Amino acid sequence: MSSRETILNSIKKNRPSSTIELPNTDISHVKYRDRDKKFATTLKSVGGDAVWLEDKSVDEFVAENYRDLDVIVSTYLEFNGSTKDANELETPHLLEDVDLAVIKGEFAVAENGAVWIKNPKNRHRALYFLATRLLIVVDKNSIVDSMHEAYKLIDFSRAGYGTFISGPSKTADIEQALVIGAHGAVEVCVLFV
Amino acid sequence: MNELYPKASMATLKVLENLGLDVEYPMNQTCCGQPMANSGCYLEAKELAKRFLKIFKDYDYIVAPSGSCVAMVRVNYAQFLEGEEGFEHLKNNTYELVEFLHDVIKPTTMNVSFSYRVGIHNSCHGHRELGMASMSERNLPEFSKIKKILSLVDDIEFVTLRRNDECCGFGGIFSVTQEAVSVAMGTDRVNDHINAKAEVITGIDMSCLMHMQGIIDRQKLPIKTMHIAQILAGEL
Amino acid sequence: MGHPKKASKFVANSERMHWHDKALWFVRERRDLATHQLDEWEELRRVASEIKTHTMDRLDYYLEEFEKNATQKGLHIHWARDAKEHNEIVLNLLLTHGAKRVVKSKSMLTEECGLNPFLEKNGIEIVDTDLGERIVQLRKEAPSHIVLPAIHLKKEEVGKTFEEFLNTQKDNCDPTYLTREARKHLREKFLTADASITGVNFAIAQTGGVVVCTNEGNADLGASLPKLHIASMGIEKVIPRLEELSVFTRLLARSATGQPITTYTSHFHAPIEGGELHIVIVDNGRSDTLSNSDFKESLNCIRCGACLNTCPVYRRSGGHSYGYTIPGPIGSTLGASRDLQANRTLPFACTLCASCSNVCPSKIKLHNQLYRHRQNVVKAGLLGAKKRAILKVSSWVMKHPLLLDFVGLVVRKVVPILPRGIVYSKANIWGRGREVPKFPKKSFKELYKERKK
Repeated sequence: MSSRETILNSIKKNRPSSTIELPNTDISHVKYRDRDKKFATTLKSVGGDAVWLEDKSVDEFVAENYRDLDVIVSTYLEFNGSTKDANELETPHLLEDVDLAVIKGEFAVAENGAVWIKNPKNRHRALYFLATRLLIVVDKNSIVDSMHEAYKLIDFSRAGYGTFISGPSKTADIEQALVIGAHGAVEVCVLFV
Repeated sequence: MNELYPKASMATLKVLENLGLDVEYPMNQTCCGQPMANSGCYLEAKELAKRFLKIFKDYDYIVAPSGSCVAMVRVNYAQFLEGEEGFEHLKNNTYELVEFLHDVIKPTTMNVSFSYRVGIHNSCHGHRELGMASMSERNLPEFSKIKKILSLVDDIEFVTLRRNDECCGFGGIFSVTQEAVSVAMGTDRVNDHINAKAEVITGIDMSCLMHMQGIIDRQKLPIKTMHIAQILAGEL
Repeated sequence: MGHPKKASKFVANSERMHWHDKALWFVRERRDLATHQLDEWEELRRVASEIKTHTMDRLDYYLEEFEKNATQKGLHIHWARDAKEHNEIVLNLLLTHGAKRVVKSKSMLTEECGLNPFLEKNGIEIVDTDLGERIVQLRKEAPSHIVLPAIHLKKEEVGKTFEEFLNTQKDNCDPTYLTREARKHLREKFLTADASITGVNFAIAQTGGVVVCTNEGNADLGASLPKLHIASMGIEKVIPRLEELSVFTRLLARSATGQPITTYTSHFHAPIEGGELHIVIVDNGRSDTLSNSDFKESLNCIRCGACLNTCPVYRRSGGHSYGYTIPGPIGSTLGASRDLQANRTLPFACTLCASCSNVCPSKIKLHNQLYRHRQNVVKAGLLGAKKRAILKVSSWVMKHPLLLDFVGLVVRKVVPILPRGIVYSKANIWGRGREVPKFPKKSFKELYKERKK
């Protein structure tokens, strides 16, 4: 008998014969009067920044706030300041020197400062973690209260990859001292347009 | 309680009698079996549970000045006594003293005074198994049956602890089998009360207080323990 | 050496013990702050508990669904009966892909299986990439906490380790500096790795993918660079659908560290371009636990570590006192279920204070499990002859009230007149750190009888 059969048979033999129903997960939960404010405060508390773009283009915002960077790539189509096209690189390893990645976020979650990143057109997901800085561009009307609403917007009926990113990478593994910038991005800004 | 803490036991009797209740102390009671049960000796615990049921089942209420013993009866006896005649009644009518006052008698005054700064030790079994007060881990409305009843005592002052419901480390045989951790926990508890400027540590479980008093006496610390029944009975 | 002896050693260094206790209490306080911000916190726990119970009760169905949907997406599923088989499957995958350098993110399951030493013995270089795990790996120690592996170490100790292995500046133990150096060191490992191994926080039956949560980004860096990604999971990690995931992603980080969510919550439903994603589903005794109604609930654990942080015994004895892969309350019950003989002191490394059960996001009644394990220890004759004898004798005396009264009378008369040296002899363990209670002249029963006259 294969291991698969052995394990499944063991489970079938050992588990109870009846069970409770799956509970309703749509419980009454927090709804924010000012989602923008909640998102901004929460993201700040985890080391990131939230900015609402006004009277400016993304290109201008980047030029003003990210000076003297050598390598800038982007998965956000409306951005024109890339120094190279990440999708043309044969291996993700070549993204090691990226100073700034301007990436497209699908929507933001107010309760935890996270942005859902799922872009099948981006060839190398390593970009999200190799880049020193991330500028995540999100539609300003795409912000939900909590993970309950978030998962209603997520679909994996097809193969793919997606991730929630909430602020820069961090660790407190050395004597509980919080250090921003572990292995992933050292700086994260969410730009609402 | 009988051998080591007759004062607290007498105080319990006094408190109940002063409220006009018909109180009896069955003389052949010994132990609810908690030390055996908590050591895993379930057969011995079962025998003592049966004995307890026999002695107490015909009373309207069974009141004990011990949160852990009451928790034993209400929470853990089911494993031994489920289905036995009289058990349901016993389970539903066994109360810790303060709980009994709070839930059943509801006095509006205790007619005693205790002008000291008091730290309430939230003994774990009473706290988390009997629901004597809101637990710091849970997101539920704040309340404390112990504080409510003690507030009926005139001139009493309460202190605020840094860790409101951390275990004192007695834990039954744990106090001996894990002596080092047990004493460390007890010492930290006592110091929390001292730092909060308490003069007296009180609680509903003599075992916790005995353990902390042992530490206080050894280290000659400037604080004392007193069972809550003694405060409610007007002892000073 | 069981828990008590190791714990005594830990406690003996009072300054260090208090430092450890405070560090973990601080994490517990941050957890409280986060959980008190959500009115629906207790409801979330209830829902999580029911999701897990339902899922465990239909585990075969959900695992088969997971396998079907994962395979349909091009992921490869392997089944391992036990630790040995898991390790062999992983080694085989590495060898067939010519992988010699492997990066690994946090996975208590791979710890349980002893994967690292096994792979090293077979000539594979395996680097733990979570900062805390890398620190203990370099020091050849086990992690002492499932979320904060190096919580038992002071920064000076980390500094010394990095001086030795990473050539950092002498005596520089600034956490930011050390973290930056580790970043450089581990970057190089990520970029030259042939394969990555990750754990799995949640496996989604409905979509056939796995979810991995980290703050550091190490799991993602590892899984997005080399072409081979192996994800190891226990059978109990599966949950039904994405909508159930919403509940757990709200509970996990708040319970673990007080953050609203981990920095990265990655949903793997495909390998990278030209790569392969292999998932190894491991039983290793878990399906047996399903049949035991006393301990089945322990399978509902989402490995947040909250029970460790709240446990007053864990805080004062440290993870290494437990001698099992996972320490603290959840570790004690899992360890006792796995091997009662070897872990017989663990159910007793506890005062039954029940704080753990209160913080558990899945509402596992942890303290009840430890209480029940104690009965099994006694049933198996593992309590220790001396303890068993004392409890049997006490119990017998308790059935004879007149005898108990007599014993009490003797003790109350004799002990107060004994010389201190005898009362506090080495045999008196209570007396090491405490005075014994002051014996009253009369018992309550004597006073009660006098009153009646």
